Amino acid sequence: MAPRTNLNFILNDTPVSLHEIGASDTLLDFLRLNRNLTGTKEGCAEGDCGACTVLVGRRAARGLVYEAVNACIRLMPSLDGCHIVTIEHLSGQGGALHPVQQAMLDHHGSQCGFCTPGIVMSLYALWMDNPRPSVADIEVALQGNLCRCTGYAPILRAAKAASETGGQGMDALIAHRADMAARLAAMADGARVELSRNGQDRAIIPADVTDLAAVLAEHEKPTIVAGSTDVGLWITKHMRDISPAVFIINLAELQTITQDDTGLTLGGGVSYTDAAPALLAAYPQLAEFWGRIGGAQVRNMGTVGGNVANGSPIGDTPPLLIALGAELALSSMRGTRRMLVQDFFIEYGKQDRAPDEFVSALHIPPMPADALFCGYKVTKRRDEDISAVAAGFFVQKDGYNITSARLAYGGMAGTPMRAKGAEAALIGKPFSRESFAAAASAIARDFTPLSDWRASKEYRATLAANLLLRFYDQMVGEDETLTLRQEDVA
Amino acid sequence: MTNALQGAIHTEEAHESARLHVTGAADYTDDIPSPANTLHAYLGLSTIARARITGMDLSAVRAAPGVVDVLTAADIPGHNDISPTGLNDEPVFAEHEVAFWGQPVFAVIAKTRDQARRAAQLAKLAYDGLPHVCDVAEAIAKGYPHVTKPLTLERGDVASAMAAAPHKIRGEMRVGGQDHFYLEGHIALAIPGEDGAVQVFSSTQHPSEVQHMVAHVLGKNSHDVTITVRRMGGGFGGKETQPNLFAAIAAVAATKHKCAVKLRPDRDDDMIATGKRHDFLIAYEVGFDDDGRILAVDGSFAARCGFSADLSGPVTDRALFHADNAYFYPAVKLVSRPMKTDTVSNTAFRGFGGPQGVIAAERIIEEIAYHRGMDTLAVRRANLYGAGRDITPYHQTVSDNIMPQILDQIEESSDYQARRAAVLAHNAKGGTLRKGIALTPVKFGISFTATWYNQAGALLHIYNDGSMLLNHGGTEMGQGLFTKVAQVVADCFQVGLARVRVSATTTDKVPNTSATAASSGTDLNGMAAQDAAQTLKARLVEFAAEHWKIAPEAVEFTPEGVKVGDEVYSFEAFIKAAYQARVSLSATGFYKTPDIHWDRDAGKGRPFYYFAYGAAVSEVAIDTLTGEYRILRSDVLHDVGHSLNPAIDKGQVEGAFVQGVGWLTTEELWWDDNGRLRTHAPSTYKIPMASDLPRVFNVELADWARAAEPTIRRSKAVGEPPFMLGISVFEALSMAVASVNDYKTCPRIDAPATPERVLMAVERMRG
Repeated sequence: MAPRTNLNFILNDTPVSLHEIGASDTLLDFLRLNRNLTGTKEGCAEGDCGACTVLVGRRAARGLVYEAVNACIRLMPSLDGCHIVTIEHLSGQGGALHPVQQAMLDHHGSQCGFCTPGIVMSLYALWMDNPRPSVADIEVALQGNLCRCTGYAPILRAAKAASETGGQGMDALIAHRADMAARLAAMADGARVELSRNGQDRAIIPADVTDLAAVLAEHEKPTIVAGSTDVGLWITKHMRDISPAVFIINLAELQTITQDDTGLTLGGGVSYTDAAPALLAAYPQLAEFWGRIGGAQVRNMGTVGGNVANGSPIGDTPPLLIALGAELALSSMRGTRRMLVQDFFIEYGKQDRAPDEFVSALHIPPMPADALFCGYKVTKRRDEDISAVAAGFFVQKDGYNITSARLAYGGMAGTPMRAKGAEAALIGKPFSRESFAAAASAIARDFTPLSDWRASKEYRATLAANLLLRFYDQMVGEDETLTLRQEDVA
Repeated sequence: MTNALQGAIHTEEAHESARLHVTGAADYTDDIPSPANTLHAYLGLSTIARARITGMDLSAVRAAPGVVDVLTAADIPGHNDISPTGLNDEPVFAEHEVAFWGQPVFAVIAKTRDQARRAAQLAKLAYDGLPHVCDVAEAIAKGYPHVTKPLTLERGDVASAMAAAPHKIRGEMRVGGQDHFYLEGHIALAIPGEDGAVQVFSSTQHPSEVQHMVAHVLGKNSHDVTITVRRMGGGFGGKETQPNLFAAIAAVAATKHKCAVKLRPDRDDDMIATGKRHDFLIAYEVGFDDDGRILAVDGSFAARCGFSADLSGPVTDRALFHADNAYFYPAVKLVSRPMKTDTVSNTAFRGFGGPQGVIAAERIIEEIAYHRGMDTLAVRRANLYGAGRDITPYHQTVSDNIMPQILDQIEESSDYQARRAAVLAHNAKGGTLRKGIALTPVKFGISFTATWYNQAGALLHIYNDGSMLLNHGGTEMGQGLFTKVAQVVADCFQVGLARVRVSATTTDKVPNTSATAASSGTDLNGMAAQDAAQTLKARLVEFAAEHWKIAPEAVEFTPEGVKVGDEVYSFEAFIKAAYQARVSLSATGFYKTPDIHWDRDAGKGRPFYYFAYGAAVSEVAIDTLTGEYRILRSDVLHDVGHSLNPAIDKGQVEGAFVQGVGWLTTEELWWDDNGRLRTHAPSTYKIPMASDLPRVFNVELADWARAAEPTIRRSKAVGEPPFMLGISVFEALSMAVASVNDYKTCPRIDAPATPERVLMAVERMRG
């Protein structure tokens, strides 16, 4: 089949087909500059403030799902066959306000109003999926939205009120979900898509995984784009050329999630949001951690595979995956190879991936019955912040003594890294606070962290040690941890 | 009397733009449809903290796709200066020397913003680097100058009072700055007109100053320049002087090329190139007696002002004006040190130096409390202003003090004493989680300390269909000013609020306006608008009396219509009749705040028309393994006098409180060794989010309070004062830390109390 050279999607009510569109064109610029849909705002152009929040409807295994995303770092080629919904689409005929909008008005949820369209869209996504949200659910839904005026209190009141109003049955997106799913399905032609702007800024959407391997083999130094929560900033902040860019987010084969005797396998394109149900069922200890990765918009876009492939020393998931003994599958025309996630990171900025390889899957082994595991993330601000230190701890014991330990840290070195000295200090020792205190004092020899704007080296070192004590206290049930969400407070 | 009118005064009316906000239909400057062939400007910033510029190769910039022009200092037709103080210390473009990392050096003009931005990266600037100083203490040590004249406030004989005091404590505190993080960044759209005129749509709190600065840079008169702003996506003081730069460059380019030019920096460049709240280094000495009563205070307030004066003079002045907060200092000496540093020039930010003064007062209270083993609230009560103890360090008498009532009410409503006992009992168990609770007050002086700023104008039209168009000098940045002022006007005529449309603030309707700042927007513009309304009303009554041959007292504006004797006319019919009788239906209004005066050289006067009061109680828990914390509960009680709109005022109180908490907790500005700000985007600079709210958050207005002075409907200003109530969280964190050492020492945590600072303080307490 000849490659298709246009990008097709539905914008609010309108089918759109674009021929001249580049790999680095953002959805936000398209909406504001090309379509004069100026209700969607640019606050930061890095996916952190949420003023540009729109909904993207995509065909997932569970049907057509609408998710809040950051239009500022969402790249146009990732939207082939999707339904884009902006704030302008929300009001009904004759300007009747949607229940979420009405609640925001009634409860004085806007002051300057600049963050408001994004907040309305985030609350709309919540209202669609969760008609009876708790305050905790609302806080989580708003993790990707900043407001500088209201102090959020009236917005929380509005979200509650919108849920009390209900009306989901009359909502246009919900009512027409099946029709829209059929329209989007009809747009999927199974062809490779090749796009460019005047022949520059090329984007390729492979037809399938086999085609992906072929595309990567055909091009020198292609940029693989999954959720673009990091690549988006290469464009908006660093003005880097990513051409030719290969978009993998639409490939169904990379969206698979399987759970069997060998453990949990996540396809390389599975988002944090899609991974959550299976992952948190298998490793319920991660519930709090997982809910603190980015904001809802970032979790909807970003992929676990991309978080590893990207190689950042402060990525959220590598310490967890390393502690769990997870493996990475790298595929290419040359076949597939598997390695421990910990071995993927060679040094700062360097990973064990050839330019023609892509992350096809992550395999996480099952938890042995005698294993203890937890993940920690310490940040300046609780939500939507990058770790000062992140950690994943996995310890096995034979009743009394510790038999194995994987203590993995992020933010402590140029790559995510295990604390070998601290591990050695634990193995063969009784499972006691004294043993963990000894391991904690070994941390100072394991790492020489850096000082930066997120934390001083002294704080990082102290935290890395103290988190081992936190782990012990928590495992023996003697820990007092800070209450996290609204409901947790009596 | 009940008032059934929609939007009646003193009722909870929605923000006038709320419907537009929630539908995405509210236009900000970047949403205004651009004229054909609009060009886009982008700034080229310095990449060194301090240097002589030895070469500027812009050839690659000029050759880049879409580039039309590159502007440098040489292209400025008038003055390369946007110093708001007239000190000529702030260029539009650095010409010979770079004064901070991120200073604008040139601007690219291109067909698209993307082209201009990409081209700006291609400049090759050569520098001869010079040593730089970012830190206040280092600036003092190295003998850096003041950017503007310091202030001293003095009353009584501090030296002898201090010498005679039974107890003395000397300490130091660092207080971090704060980025405004308005959600809408800076922007200007300049459209050239005929005969050298230019109109600039600017996201500004101070259109008149932008007008003057654009004229100054263009070498033109003020009447050649019109500045217009319908609304800002947040300001917080960050758009008082800082928009001058963007408007001036857009205007220079627009007049040069005879086409519209838009300038909108990326968020990172906005945060790097514009000023912030001043960081302070505060040194204090306090003398006190056994009961914790203050006898003498000696304080020095050094501020990181940056490379130029900007508003650092009045900001550091206001720090001194608030270094007493709610407390009487029998003998006091306070000095400001507005230090030059090689950083971006710091500027106005909600509170305007006041918060840095108030937090010093509260630190002093804490020091005394830990020293004497007392509850901080007891120390506070012992030191409140009261009868015979009512003179401030600037010699103004505190005559409207309602702090005792505020404290009584919140102490009870928050159940402070029982909860404090519970916190002490919890901490006595010695666990990993420690708690703290604090009740802190705020007293905030209302008026610009630059006395001439306390004036406002308004323009009100009634069209012959009975609709009204209101314009005044205040700007709308989300604070609800337009709503409140429209309520005042609607109330004068007893009409529904929908009848009054407030139009964009524009310098060709109301001239010589003051900044919408110092919390004064409603106080000043509400009065000016009321003046215009009363002028029109008087004309209409006179007309009706003559027309219907009735006594003026028999003409009454009511919700049902205009009563003329026994007849009731609809407002439309009444206005139509007035129009046909050739009554002028347009009027200006004016207001100047009475009774205020200030002699800065003497440090004496009445700089403030009145004070606003409030208090908050916050309870926190800290994790002594990581330094992380949660705000468990905050109760706020705040005085806004007789609120014009309780919904909007409560929104200001809630928002200010959370912003104040952000200043003191997670918002940290961090410069690297090269003098480069590294926290310049929301990924690195962390303002509060929804999940940072107190788990229980009770906010109340002191609905019994009334302004003692004849303010607009006896309401009080609200924008800034509640910001300082965030100090209750800061001090509660301090108490939780102090528990580690059984409250024997004041933890002396510097602000912001990030999790790192909390953990490191815990480690210090452990010794």
